[in-house]
Amino acid sequence: MALIEIDNLSVTFTAKGRPVHAVRGVSLAVGERESYGLVGESGSGKSTILRAICGLAPVSGGTIRIGGQPLPEPRGRAFSRQVQMVFQDPYASLHPRHTIDRTLSEPLAIHGIGETDARVVRALEDVGLPASFRFRFPHQLSGGQRQRVAIARALMLEPKILLLDEPTSALDASVQAETLNLLNRLRAERGLTFLMVSHDLAVIDHMCDRILVMQHGQAVEELPREALAAAAMKTAYAQSLFAASADRMLES
Amino acid sequence: MTLLSVQNLRVSFDTEAGLVEAVRGVSFSLGRERLGIVGESGSGKTQTGRAVLRLIRPPGRIEADRMDFDGQNLMTASEREMRALRGRRIAMVMQDPKYSLNPVMKVGAQLMEGLRQRDRLGRAEAHAKAVAALDAVQIRDPERVMEAYPHELSGGMGQRVMIAMMLIPDPDLLIADEPTSALDVTVQAEVLSILDGLVRTRGMGLIFISHDLRLVARFCDRVLVMFKGRVVEELAARDLMQARHPYTQGLLNCLPRIGGPRVPLPALDRNAEWAR
Repeated sequence: MALIEIDNLSVTFTAKGRPVHAVRGVSLAVGERESYGLVGESGSGKSTILRAICGLAPVSGGTIRIGGQPLPEPRGRAFSRQVQMVFQDPYASLHPRHTIDRTLSEPLAIHGIGETDARVVRALEDVGLPASFRFRFPHQLSGGQRQRVAIARALMLEPKILLLDEPTSALDASVQAETLNLLNRLRAERGLTFLMVSHDLAVIDHMCDRILVMQHGQAVEELPREALAAAAMKTAYAQSLFAASADRMLES
Repeated sequence: MTLLSVQNLRVSFDTEAGLVEAVRGVSFSLGRERLGIVGESGSGKTQTGRAVLRLIRPPGRIEADRMDFDGQNLMTASEREMRALRGRRIAMVMQDPKYSLNPVMKVGAQLMEGLRQRDRLGRAEAHAKAVAALDAVQIRDPERVMEAYPHELSGGMGQRVMIAMMLIPDPDLLIADEPTSALDVTVQAEVLSILDGLVRTRGMGLIFISHDLRLVARFCDRVLVMFKGRVVEELAARDLMQARHPYTQGLLNCLPRIGGPRVPLPALDRNAEWAR
């Protein structure tokens, strides 16, 4: 049985009195310890799926199940112990007036988990930040360091599932490499399940076992990693996405 | 023919934490060709671009042994002479349309502002020219975009509007500072091909600033690789895969590739001898 099961999911927003169908009947299943990628251009609904899982988007149809269980509304504490999210922009996702220590210890306080000191120190160590960063503020950190803090925060409650919304697209190429390496190491060490969104096919290919290509809120094509590398996609849209990938540019 | 020549350019800032040298002795010359400047955040690539237009405010300082544009010395030019150059002869496309367009002014009014003020055109003529400029960057419904506010446009549309705006005065040199890094891959390819076509047909010089080495390799004739304010390597874009400098190689290798091996990506060694 798959860990994350999304069946015929639809999300509809209302903008200026008119309905906007952000996600239209998307189904997918992610197995335990699998890494699953969602690719598509802006507005294709890939981030909205992650937000719908967290209860941050108005679901208008379909079901989401985690470990076979439908999700409660509102999501509640048990959910946040299982599922955590890392956002795209590390400049916007950390509280600017909270120290790193406060950001990392807040989930522990909410869930009544003790040993705060030891856990915060260990969390920093796990993501490769020196312990001296503990009492700094986000503005004293670089973009890559902030994203490490965001990853540490997501892992404080030891979730099984990490939702990654373009975790490296705000970072430089070299910092991106370090962050991707960190994520892969943590996944192997902790047996995490990843659901990752990116518009960069090369990043998705490096990180994920299976890929779903999306366009206009709909699923276009699901591909295993091997099919992507072999350029064996069936639909024209997936082909064009592959052709536009920056990775291809050096070969032409 | 050399359009721009820069020798030993230095940009420094006096900050509370002491002197910060953002650019430390950069030299290059540019004809009517496409030059790429690549580097990580903080390598000084943007400051190099801004220094050419003297867009660095005190306490920032620009020093250079020489900085000539088309026979004119940019270091000794008066503010008035610089203003005559900016926009008209040297234009700059900024990174993010969200922050670079005026949020409370319609796109059309922004496009027409320069034409009306600088070129003293009448309203109808300015409107026609602005629509033509939007057309040139392949905006399908220019009349609608003219009436839109920047927040009503997508990132790709906003970036095209900025390119259109910069190209209206037909500059000789275009400085594009990460013009596509806020965009999606598919839109990115589209905007780049528009920019490429315009540069070719108008015979402009182009300085293309980016942190994406692959993009620059595809798009430029020549590449400068910058690290900590210095140029560490200069090479023809087609020879990029044969780059010799370890920093350039590091930048190339740290990018994941489709179908590449599932091993940790090589990280850059910033403590090597050359990094000092």
